[in-house]
Order: sequence, then C-alpha cells, then structure tokens
Amino acid sequence: MHKKIRHTDIQDQHADIMIRDLHKSFGANSVLKGVNLDVFRGENVVVLGRSGTGKSVLIKIIAGLLKPDSGTVIVLDKNVPELDDKELLQLRLKIGFSFQSSALYDSMTVKENLEFPLLRNSRNLTKAAINTHVEEALDAVGLQQTIHQYPSELSGGQRKRIGIARTLIMRPLIMLYDEPTAGLDPVTSVEINNLINEVQERYNTSSIIITHDLTCAKATGDRVAILLDGSFIRTGRFEEVFATRDERITSFYEYNFID
Amino acid sequence: MGKKIPFFYNNLFKIYGTFLGLQQVFMKSNPPRTYIISQKLDAFFSDVYAIMNFIGRFFRELGPPYEWREIIRQCYMVGWKSLPLISVTSFVVGIVFTKQSRPSLSEFGATSWLPSLVAIAIFRALAPLVTALIAAGKVGSNIGAELGSMRVTEQIDAMEVSATNPFKFLVVSRVLATSCMLPVLMFYMAFISMLGAYLNILVNEDTSFSAFFIKALDKITFLDLFSSLIKTIVFGFSIGIIGCYQGYHATQGTQGVGRAANFAVVTSMFVVFIEEIIAVQITNWFR
Ligand SMILES: Nc1ncnc2c1ncn2[C@@H]1O[C@H](COP(=O)(O)OP(=O)(O)OP(=O)(O)O)[C@@H](O)[C@H]1O
Ligand SMILES: [Mg+2]
Repeated sequence: MHKKIRHTDIQDQHADIMIRDLHKSFGANSVLKGVNLDVFRGENVVVLGRSGTGKSVLIKIIAGLLKPDSGTVIVLDKNVPELDDKELLQLRLKIGFSFQSSALYDSMTVKENLEFPLLRNSRNLTKAAINTHVEEALDAVGLQQTIHQYPSELSGGQRKRIGIARTLIMRPLIMLYDEPTAGLDPVTSVEINNLINEVQERYNTSSIIITHDLTCAKATGDRVAILLDGSFIRTGRFEEVFATRDERITSFYEYNFID
Repeated sequence: MGKKIPFFYNNLFKIYGTFLGLQQVFMKSNPPRTYIISQKLDAFFSDVYAIMNFIGRFFRELGPPYEWREIIRQCYMVGWKSLPLISVTSFVVGIVFTKQSRPSLSEFGATSWLPSLVAIAIFRALAPLVTALIAAGKVGSNIGAELGSMRVTEQIDAMEVSATNPFKFLVVSRVLATSCMLPVLMFYMAFISMLGAYLNILVNEDTSFSAFFIKALDKITFLDLFSSLIKTIVFGFSIGIIGCYQGYHATQGTQGVGRAANFAVVTSMFVVFIEEIIAVQITNWFR
C-alpha cells in the first residue's frame, strides 16, 4: 500500500525542522558527520538506516536530549542547541517523542502515564477535562480498555501505542517516532502504520519516523531519507530513492522488502 | 573512560599542564589523555564536583510547585516500609546493649546507673547511627536501583521530552522524604530500644516502667536530642542525595542499575560514618 502524497509542491512550505551540517561524536566514535534535513509542515519523513548509524542520536538531538558538537538544528524557528532550560521546556511542549523502548513509567498505570505531562503543564485543567483528554488519546490508539493497567501487564505493541498516546495528549506539532514497528508482528505493524497516518491527518503533525521496516516506510512516508556513514546519502519519494543502481541502497531494498 | 571532565577541572588541567609544560605531550598522545594525576584520582574529583553540582541543583529546584503526592508516597515508602526492620533491630539493640553493659557496671556495684547509661548511648549514638545504616542499606539501594532502571530504560528522558521536570519529581521528592523520615525513624528506634533495655532491667531488677524511664531520661539533655535530630536530617539527606545521584547517572544497561544500587549503599554508609565523626566533634564544642 502506497501512501498518498498530499502536498504536490512541498518545497514551497515552511520547514518545521531544519538541520544543517550537524556533527556528533561520542569520544573517538563519530556518529553524525554533516547531516542536512528538512521536514516540512504536515509531512512524514522516514529515516532509514542500518543499526548503529545514529538514527536515535539524531532525533534525541532534535528533542534536545543530546547536545550536538556542531551544526544548527532549527525546530519551529528555534535553534535547539542554543536554547536555555526554560525555552527548551516551551519547545518540548510542541514535540512528541515516541521512544524505541516505549519508556512508559513502570510505577504508574496507563491513566497516570497519560496524565503525567498534562497535570504538570496545564495546571488549570479540571479533573473532568483531564479525563476527557486521556480518553481521547486512548481512543486515538484504540486501547480504552487498558486504562487502569500497569505497563508490565501490556504487550509490546500495546506499550508502543500507549507511548504514542502519551505524546499525543499534549497535541504536539512535531512527532518523532523511534522504530515504531520494531519487533511487532505484521498485523500490529500495519495498525501502527495506520495510526501514524491517522495522527498526521488528525493533528496535521510534521513527523520523523525512524525504521528498518520498508513496509512501514512505504506506508507512512511522504519522503524517505537514507542515513549512511553519518549523513543522508539520498532523500526523496520512496520510488525515487530506490530507483537507483547504488548498491548501498539497493541492498537495503533486497534484504528488507517483500512486496 | 567515557566520563565528561567538568569545565573547571578542564581549566585546572590547562593551568597545571601549562605549568609543567606538559600539555603538548598530553595532547599529542592518542587517545588524548584528559587526566592529570591518575585516572582514578581524577575520576574521584570529577565525581565529587558532579555531586556538588547535583546538590546545588537540588536546592535550586526545591521551590514550588511541589510534587505533594510523590513526596507523600516516598515518605510512606521510606518510613512505613522500613518500620518492621527498624523495630526488630532496635529491640535487639536495646536488649543486647543493656545485657552487655551490666557486668562492667555491677563490678562497681553501679547497676542503678544502667538506665541512664543505656539512654545516653542510645540517644546520642546508637539510634541515629543504626537508623542511618539500615536506611542506607534499604532505602539507598532502593532509590539507586529504581532511578537507575528508570534512567537506562529512558523513562527519565521521556519525562524530560514531555516538558516535565524529572529532577523535581524524582530527586527532590525522594531527598525530602529521606530527610524528613529519618529523624522520625530515629526517635521511633530510640523508643523501641529503650523498651528492649527495660525488658532486660525488668528481668533482673523488677523496676517499674515509669521509674526506669524517669531515671533514664534524667541524663538526656536538650542538646542530645537536638544534635541527634540535626544529625539524622543530615544522614537522611546524604542517603537520599547519594542514592538519587547514582541512579540518575546510571549508564550501560542493567549492569549499571546493579552498580548504581551498590555504589549508593557503599558511598552513603561511608559518608554517614564521616558525618558522624564530624557531628561528634561539633557537639562536643557545645558541651
Ligand atoms: N549515550 C551514548 N554514549 C555513547 N555512545 C552512544 C550513545 N548513544 C549512542 N551512542 C553510539 O552512537 C551510535 C549510534 O547509536 P544510535 O542509537 O543512534 O543507533 P541507531 O541508528 O538508532 O541504531 P538502532 O537501529 O539499532 O536503534 C552507536 O554506535 C552508539 O554506540
Ligand atoms: Mg535506535
């Protein structure tokens, strides 16, 4: 199933995320070496790349969890590495981050997990309003029945979806998904893909989706960007990116994808 | 060593390096040596510096809004959950200490001093120290492991990206809980130890409960109680902050969680002993 491209001339739009010449290394291990990327309003960009190429590091830098060595990371017109704590907090209200490991709070129920950011950021909300928000977010991921369960009682796929619901509750403008379908069965994967597209349509989010899964890339991505050796070697629509003889890219396709 | 050398330490290195004219040599060696004296010693100093920073951050984030629910939950965890262990230990301490002190006092025919001797020992030294050591073992390791696993499973990062303040929620609440609950536990422990002591005295001398207590508390001064109170607040603070520091900065997966819990116990016990020595000195100035 191919995703419909909704923006015919996406380049004219405003970039919500704009990364220029980004470098990051850990000790002697240099991970990102000159990354450039634009994500436009309402667009899903899929980042493909082999394990350990620094995909997670890239979105952690976007969310301000890691500091880059050099380069600019403009998110919603703010340069993330230069923000102070207060400004970073303001920006993060508009960013949803779905972790590779889901990262649900073990000591809290699903409801408390979802309430957690709300209670602390919108202090004037009534109890009823908070409950409505929680129900809406659970509704969006189709897991209303788990509301009083603990994360340890959920399956991996359910945890992923609750993790997404937890980020949706703050109505983010930008969503960052770290391997949303990794380790899930094909049926659940398709559900997650649909969820990602639904979120985009419902809230008009701009998203980065990290994945190894080409089915997911095809189903959710308006554009695909391939990260190799610390920079994006190719960016474009799915078919364009893979219409090449470059072995580094075709091998990816051959090993990964069953049409 | 993946540890970041703090800014001031970096500068110290530069000054030191330039002074010895060795900086060039250091810089050329590959991988670059970022330590001055020895790797271990440098790691120690940068740890101390990082803990100081951590404590500074605690006081900066102490103000409102408070995480009341979490503070109360932690007080319950620290206080209530340690109660059985503290009860048993303190009762045994009371009995054993009285029993062991009896022969030496009876040599001088001074067994009537036993209640006040026991009371002084318990209120001044035993109760604060034993409470702190039990808390270090039980609460410190618990905090270290809990925050450590939250760190390595990215739960702390998740709080950060959801624009909430994990430091306030996790660290401030836990440190407040240990600082508040340890004095309570200490007084509880002192009381139960005195009961243990009374049991031993009752068996030997058939003293009434009130007579025993009046005799015992006769020698306890306000200074004793006050210094023990302050001391246990400091113990509680240290145990909380060290446990949180170790957990908050855990690295390298599940292994790091175990290490955080272990370091939390070892370091906080060590620190409690150092603080006890300092506290004894300070209290003696006022006597
Ligand atoms: N906190 C860190 N400290 C040191 N090195 C790190 C850290 N985080 C990531 N790295 C290194 O950065 C590199 C890229 O890691 P990253 O997690 O971004 O990979 P990835 O592309 O997300 O891989 P995967 O698909 O397996 O999740 C790895 O070599 C890793 O060792
Ligand atoms: Mg990753």
